[in-house]
Amino acid sequence: MKRIHLPASRQELRELRAGEEVLLSGTIYTARDAAHKRLKELIEKGEPLPFDLQDAVIYYVGPTPARPGQVIGSAGPTTSSRMDPYVPLLCEHGMAGMIGKGRRSEEVRQAVMKHGAVYFVTVGGAGALLSKAITAAEPVAFEDLLSEAVVRLTVKDFPCFVGMDTEGNDIYDLADQCVSDR
Amino acid sequence: MREIEVSRIGKAIEDACGQMATVYSADIIRRIRSAAETETLPRAQSALNMLVKNAEIAEQESIPICQDTGMVIVFLKVGQDVHFTGGLLTDAIQEGVRRGYTENYLRASVVDDPLYDRKNTKDNTPAVIHTEITGGDQVEIELMAKGFGSENKSAVRMCTPAEGEEGIIRFVLDTIAAAGPNACPPFIVGVGIGGTFDSCARLSKKALMRPLDEDSSDPRYADLERRLLQKANELNIGPMGMHGRTTALKIQIEYEPTHIAGMPCAVNMCCHVCRHAKAVI
Repeated sequence: MKRIHLPASRQELRELRAGEEVLLSGTIYTARDAAHKRLKELIEKGEPLPFDLQDAVIYYVGPTPARPGQVIGSAGPTTSSRMDPYVPLLCEHGMAGMIGKGRRSEEVRQAVMKHGAVYFVTVGGAGALLSKAITAAEPVAFEDLLSEAVVRLTVKDFPCFVGMDTEGNDIYDLADQCVSDR
Repeated sequence: MREIEVSRIGKAIEDACGQMATVYSADIIRRIRSAAETETLPRAQSALNMLVKNAEIAEQESIPICQDTGMVIVFLKVGQDVHFTGGLLTDAIQEGVRRGYTENYLRASVVDDPLYDRKNTKDNTPAVIHTEITGGDQVEIELMAKGFGSENKSAVRMCTPAEGEEGIIRFVLDTIAAAGPNACPPFIVGVGIGGTFDSCARLSKKALMRPLDEDSSDPRYADLERRLLQKANELNIGPMGMHGRTTALKIQIEYEPTHIAGMPCAVNMCCHVCRHAKAVI
């Protein structure tokens, strides 16, 4: 299985194909509904963002609280489509990838193709398993949003599929015969 | 007349919240395991195997199966010979949810105002409570912790009597197809037929709480459940929508009397993390 270290180069991202199973390692940032709204507001006001969006990968997740001694609680993907309206703006400001679940809009497909970004999908309802691939979690911003706060995560071999590649191919539209060559 | 301290109801709810979040009911995980063995598409197998592994980790380490630990819906059946003591029943229920969520490190996913403020209540209250008065001196509590990835894809349609079975089949399959990858298949699909606009929706949620190994008690509806399941699994949505045979684990239908002019139908979509529990006091 292909291993990707994040942040990855755009060249590396261009080599990924929708449907491929990959393991992600490195740094990603959590953000979902409310955090996206705030990021958009900051960009529109011309104010600095709480983290460097250049080449960043955003994970759509609102984890459960960590028990004492845990890095993070259950941490699986939320439905990505609710974040669709923010994608073109975030891509323009450097975002290189997203992790979530479910279909994206045509607007997202266009943005991904234009900016050479990639949409990864992972398994919804596998939050306990996925939490094991998260080795560090450090609060970055919007802590008042509780589970919706932005957190910098370090991941090791985080299991994903390429959901939408830089050419706009979509895992959900693949013909069955084109599936993974595993 | 039997006196019941309301705190006993609260405690039962508190315990159930913690248990439901981390342990699949046996009927569900059994079906996921068996689907993992029969899927032939590698991506579908891979996703189902992740769910099986996830279930093991969740149970062993008390980590919630899914980070969306849901909004709580409580169905109470109160025997009319019961007298509650020690405060308000409603307060005790909400206190049970509050403790269940905060003490078990579950996610607070409820906002106070749906449209304007959307401020998190921080303890997952309030729960939605439905109460039914029955005979006897017992209290039956059924509760569910419903995730919203699937709740968002649920629908009600006021079908007409003329549409018949064909209309129901079309509406159920259209709703499943529209839910697609977003609502975390494999699904458990609750269908409520009859009643009114609102009651069929409640019925569809109750349908989700029936054990998967139990079919509808009416053989005609049981047969419809089986045919719908087969058709759903021919949609090629598959685990996580990445194609395959396992789109739904079960279709569960409940029905009730309705008006001569109508045939309301509600489809309550639920992901594979269909958390429900029952206690009798």
